Amino acid sequence: MTDRETLEQARRAGEQMHHFPGGLHLRHNKRISCELPIALAPLPAQLSVPLLQYSGDEAKPIVSSGQSVLKGEEIAASSHPHATPLHAPTSGTIVAIEPRPASHPSGLDGLSIVIETDGADRWKDLQPLAGWRQAEPSLLRKKIRDAGIVGLGGAMFPTSAKVDSGSVRDVHTLILNGAECEPFISCDEMLMREQPAAVVLGAQVLQRAVGASRTVIAIEDRMGAVSDALQRALNAAGASDIDLVKVTTIYPEGGEKQLVQILTGLEVPSGGTPLDLGLLCQNVATAAAAAQAVVEGKPLIERIVTVTGNGVLRPRNLLALIGTPIELLINECGGYTPTATRLVLGGPMMGYALRSDANPVTAAANCVLVLTEAELQAPQPEMPCIRCGECGRVCPAMLLPQELNRFVRNGLWSEAADYGLKDCIECGCCDFVCPSQIPLVDWFRYGKAELRLRARERREAECARQRFEAREARLEQENTERKRRREEKKRALGNDQEKQRRIADAVERARRKHDS
Amino acid sequence: MNRHFDIGAAPHLPPPATVRGVMLQVLYALAPGTIAYAWYFGPGVLIQIALAGLFATLLEAMMLRLRNKPIGLFLGDGSALVTAVLFALCIPPLAPWWIALVGMLFAIVFAKHLYGGLGHNLFNPAMAAYVVVLISFPQAMTAWLPPASLSVHDLSLVDSLVTIATGHPPGSLGWDAITQATPLDTIRTAVASGQTVTEARQAAIFGDFGGLGWEWIANWYALGGIWLLWRRVISWHVPLTMIGTVVALGLAAYLIDPGSNPVPLQHVFSGALILGAFFIATDPVSGCTSTRGKLVFGAGVGVITLAIRRWGGYPDGVAFAVLLMNMAAPLIDRFTRPRIYGQ
Repeated sequence: MTDRETLEQARRAGEQMHHFPGGLHLRHNKRISCELPIALAPLPAQLSVPLLQYSGDEAKPIVSSGQSVLKGEEIAASSHPHATPLHAPTSGTIVAIEPRPASHPSGLDGLSIVIETDGADRWKDLQPLAGWRQAEPSLLRKKIRDAGIVGLGGAMFPTSAKVDSGSVRDVHTLILNGAECEPFISCDEMLMREQPAAVVLGAQVLQRAVGASRTVIAIEDRMGAVSDALQRALNAAGASDIDLVKVTTIYPEGGEKQLVQILTGLEVPSGGTPLDLGLLCQNVATAAAAAQAVVEGKPLIERIVTVTGNGVLRPRNLLALIGTPIELLINECGGYTPTATRLVLGGPMMGYALRSDANPVTAAANCVLVLTEAELQAPQPEMPCIRCGECGRVCPAMLLPQELNRFVRNGLWSEAADYGLKDCIECGCCDFVCPSQIPLVDWFRYGKAELRLRARERREAECARQRFEAREARLEQENTERKRRREEKKRALGNDQEKQRRIADAVERARRKHDS
Repeated sequence: MNRHFDIGAAPHLPPPATVRGVMLQVLYALAPGTIAYAWYFGPGVLIQIALAGLFATLLEAMMLRLRNKPIGLFLGDGSALVTAVLFALCIPPLAPWWIALVGMLFAIVFAKHLYGGLGHNLFNPAMAAYVVVLISFPQAMTAWLPPASLSVHDLSLVDSLVTIATGHPPGSLGWDAITQATPLDTIRTAVASGQTVTEARQAAIFGDFGGLGWEWIANWYALGGIWLLWRRVISWHVPLTMIGTVVALGLAAYLIDPGSNPVPLQHVFSGALILGAFFIATDPVSGCTSTRGKLVFGAGVGVITLAIRRWGGYPDGVAFAVLLMNMAAPLIDRFTRPRIYGQ
């Protein structure tokens, strides 16, 4: 297919539904957290805002202990291009900047800014972008960057970085991802149901910020109430350039690459992004947050968290300030049931288990899932791979996990790279169906980290080699240069006879001088 | 007061499948065919299954111990039992007891554990064992019984036990009195002696398509196989291409020379073809893993089986065909890798 045809097909995103390979039909388990409306989580006595960023770097605190801050005031910044500023979630006093539980997959503590709240919840002066519908798109992007908006779907990728690269590439269609495919999680669904206008506004803000000509909002086909609510909001806003489409519920259809494939029938090139097809994907909650940043001037300081699972008494969605301890959310939902055995941050497929409910809510914390023993069953011991191939059948990236598993475990890195380890999206489908209970995704994460490390080492070795060779060449050149100059001088002195004569002359001159 | 939890790896959902579950389902799926076998050919097959199962379990435990592996965990996976049952279904029902012992010794010790145990065997253990005893003990391995409806001497459970334990039929009966050539063998001998297949098929041991009794056993195997397909324990690729290849090539051969080639369905319902298509060639460990690889694998088994039946030294060729394709499986997998998303 020519590039022109590909782009033409990408432009028709959402007009026709396509399929992606593999995937799983999972029990949704969403209803239990959708029965109660979104509630406001209580204001904790202390908030702990982790400084770790998407890039892996920590943002630098720009406040110090003892200082009082207002709600929305910037408290940390970073110069890394993939970093975003952090803001005080409420007003109060900075009491510590120290390592605290940071809701990180590693389970390690991370440097955090601890704020003792004053209960007043006093905002700083907010500066909305007046007349944003006519404003320069670059002003919208600046607002989004300054507000510290990051992807709320769970990846925490800085929205400004995505939107900025979208503005330099030619983006024709904005895709708002409301296909919340992991079981149990319902925060996006509830947002779209209760605040559809905010989502539509978000679509309009982002569409202007990236210069797209239309927007496709993708939701799951089982979200009937969402569909009605969004359609009403779209009609009310008179947004004719925004289309609402329903996609078949099959995990992981909400993955960026899978959603692009469903909407366009096209695959995002390996190692590339949807921008290569002129598409830009954003989560619906991120869009709503971007709208708040531009229209109200509010930074990202809160998010909706689904607190669910049979391990909590009254599952529901809570709007919680970033830094709120998870313990508080659980208490707000009636506390643990007696059979609660595992605390998971995120969904059951891609989330990670936490050791303690002292961990705080982060921008990535879409779900706090408390599972019971009955839901987990006894952990099965790992068996050898019997090559049943079920993993390959469900893989949406069309990989052969059974082969990758062999390569990664045996350190066969070039084979692993050749078989597309880097194209693994870590959705967990293979892991789930594996009859031998092999923790495939864990191995693949390790393998991907190893490939990155080796690539960096190779780059560094290459740099060192080039430096060495350049130095050798320079020394060599200096050497020849010196030799050449010496030769020249020698030549200038002429032959032996001439030289003797000159020396004699010089001696004579010196003697005369001495005598006189 | 903060609460602390134990952690565990994602996914945080109960596993839908286990190795033990897969193996048990294979055993369940073999049950109808096995019962039909005992119905048509007497209780000998059940004794062979019990014997092979016992030897397989003991040898598996011994090898696990020698290899310092958790015995309980791996014995419970049921893989040795599947090997034993498949082997027992392939040997003559009254073969002497040591056939099962030698077979399981080779299957479990050599073909399985010396290659690294579960998941690492290059060859299908049951087929490797079957081929070893077939080549080593040709006489014992050709003592096939006629279907019960045709047999002159009905052997009871005790008679069968005695025969298997002693290696001789009970009382004054000789092997000649109770055994008979298999349908595939009959056709082979007849065609070799200048008869046409149609003439050979006049013999009483033939049924509608395959051998009397055998074709119904094959039907029950197929039913079990279809249940495995429905349960998604196996995929359709290998059975379909294997049977499809046999039908297509068998039809071509029949149309060219109907005198010396049987109708294609005769091929399908004879020997171990249905059992092989659903239960043996679908062995994931020794077969191909990619989808296109499975198609090649199944077709390869079909072609080689027909070639051996037509030109080879043995009346049936499924076991040899599977082993030959086992050898080729890694290479096939290498050349049939699926395209990766976005590449």
